[in-house]
Amino acid sequence: MEFLIGNFAELTITGLVLGSVYALVALGYTLVYGVLQLINFAHSEVFMWGTYAVVWVLTLLGASGTSSLAGAAGYLAIALVAAVLMSGGVALIVERFAYRRLVRQNAPKYIILISAIGASFVLSEIMGLRDKIAGFLGLQGVLGDYVNNPRNTSTLPVEIKPEPVLQIGNYMVRDTELLIIISALIMMFVLDQFIRRTSFGRQIRAVAQDPEAASLMGANSTNVVRLTFLIGGVMAGVAATLYMIKVGATGFNVGFVLGVKAFTAAVLGGIGNLRGALLGGLILGIAENYASGILGSEWRDVTAFVLLVLVLLVRPSGLLGESLGRARA
Amino acid sequence: MNNIISGLRARLAPVADRVGTALEPVGRVLGMKSVKYPLRTVGVLLIYALPILHLPLINTENSDFSGVLFTVGTYVLVALGLNIVIGYAGLLDLGYVGFYAVGAYTVGVVTSEHGQWPFFLALPLALVVTMASGVLLGAPTLRVRGDYLAIVTMGFGEIIRIVARNTDWLGGAGGINSIPSPPDIGPEEGLFQIPHLSWQYGYPTIDDRVTKVLHFGVLDATPYFWMILTTIILVICADMLIKNSRVGRAWEATREDEDVAELMGVPTFKFKLLAFAMGACIGGLAGAMYATRVGFINPPSFPLMLSLLFVAAVVIGGAGNRWGAILGAVIVAYLPERFREFADWRLLVFGIALIVIVSFRTQGLFPGRQKKRVAQAEKEVQKLEEGAEIV
Repeated sequence: MEFLIGNFAELTITGLVLGSVYALVALGYTLVYGVLQLINFAHSEVFMWGTYAVVWVLTLLGASGTSSLAGAAGYLAIALVAAVLMSGGVALIVERFAYRRLVRQNAPKYIILISAIGASFVLSEIMGLRDKIAGFLGLQGVLGDYVNNPRNTSTLPVEIKPEPVLQIGNYMVRDTELLIIISALIMMFVLDQFIRRTSFGRQIRAVAQDPEAASLMGANSTNVVRLTFLIGGVMAGVAATLYMIKVGATGFNVGFVLGVKAFTAAVLGGIGNLRGALLGGLILGIAENYASGILGSEWRDVTAFVLLVLVLLVRPSGLLGESLGRARA
Repeated sequence: MNNIISGLRARLAPVADRVGTALEPVGRVLGMKSVKYPLRTVGVLLIYALPILHLPLINTENSDFSGVLFTVGTYVLVALGLNIVIGYAGLLDLGYVGFYAVGAYTVGVVTSEHGQWPFFLALPLALVVTMASGVLLGAPTLRVRGDYLAIVTMGFGEIIRIVARNTDWLGGAGGINSIPSPPDIGPEEGLFQIPHLSWQYGYPTIDDRVTKVLHFGVLDATPYFWMILTTIILVICADMLIKNSRVGRAWEATREDEDVAELMGVPTFKFKLLAFAMGACIGGLAGAMYATRVGFINPPSFPLMLSLLFVAAVVIGGAGNRWGAILGAVIVAYLPERFREFADWRLLVFGIALIVIVSFRTQGLFPGRQKKRVAQAEKEVQKLEEGAEIV
């Protein structure tokens, strides 16, 4: 308890940083749930592939050594583009192979969930077996560094050194942390406006509200679903870049725990509600930090689940209420 | 795939009939009306004899065959329990490993860590504790929407693992050591001894390995296999009785349409809770047997992946049909052991298999009879609706 009070500012700020990443990943869950009423179990692997895109691009560009955030800005911008492309692409592949056929057949929900679990296995195992797959294709010599030791963690080739820029309470906020929180907020704002004001956004909201009526009004629901997955993937790509700036290492199984937490965040804020995802993510990040401050860090991962059960018991529709169609965002 | 399987069934059915007809005179001589039951008895005896026969092709060369059979047995037991939850009651439980762990830890705690109970006394306790944990988890969560249930149960599985890791009373990260084997029945050298077969020369010869009946040693897994096989048979019998009772019909009604079931006077929540508790109980049973066989459990023995494999077993086989679930469990547990050289690819292949199977055969390889009936009825309704549209 004393630890919590003594480090209140630090725990809060780092909680917000983690929460921003959760929130960006949570968007993918919330959008797909809003449109299809399905838990996209494979979304966590979409995020994981994004983190690898960051590592690979920086390796390809030959970045090395240590650098300040500003010094690595160019590299990181390219990495961001790569991560967004990778995650968006993987999300589209998931939609095509694990969802489309079953959604068209109107299959029961749990069957689609199983299919998504299958997709999640496939995506993480392809990453975890990439040396063997490359060997199978005869590319191991060419891809060497990118595919070796696939089951160990891969670290970012350049170490980003955070610099303190701002004092809040007794904690110096670092520039990387500031960057993560601000970029997450910007992305959320852009997405919010996109869903609210553009024609695509209107179509998404319409399909979420009533798929049949929406298609009668001329919205192509297959395209809308595809677009939803793509947006979720793009957000996961941004989240992956920010995550790599903060953590600096990834692994083929990194997606799972983060995915569950992001999903919790989405439910916490009200699934299908974009602003809810942001709020849920931030609350979850802070709550985790406080809980590990009080109980010790070995209990950190339990927080999300306990919080999830409590929220579902007390307010099953989440803090801000669910439904992409009904909520104005 | 549909055609292949139905074709196979059509082709095999007459063969079975013919065998039955051919054996009928034998049955008549023995004074039996039908040879169905004797045939089944022979089949069951054959399964009991599997670890001794070491049949070529089926036998695993690189790992102890009876050990593999025991593992398959635990998966089958778990699949039977999970089939009640997923297949009969239609509740997607992604944290089933939690109950498995609770059963194993209960046995570990009372037989080794904090007591010297004999196994056969610890087993009923494990059942009670897992059933209680099933009710404790189910009571608050079964009221939430179906798709949230999957995530909440998954969380439960993880919480159990993390709690076991962080609690010293449960052995902490080191786990629980030296869990004793079940007590021997009869004298030291077993009631009697059965020699194993060896196929070293292409024809069966008597090996120098022997299995001591009802003597639970560390080296020979065969008595454990017999124990779990007996349990499985008992569970199957219980399963048949329940499935055909009012409880089974209530589960089916709840699964197909909860609101209608409630209107028809089925207290759906109670029956869902019952399914959850029974499933938990069987999962705990499997966990308890696992603990006494391996003698050592720690938190990493119960990863979340195991839950997903259990679900995969039930869904691949066909949720709602106990034989389908058993087949699925055998596939999931046995094939990776038999083809050890491809063990790395196991999860990848499972993932692909899951996607392909649910995409092209939504009900699993062998769906239950009721499920097929429901699917058929739905198709007819759809046809009628479409017809009306055209008119």
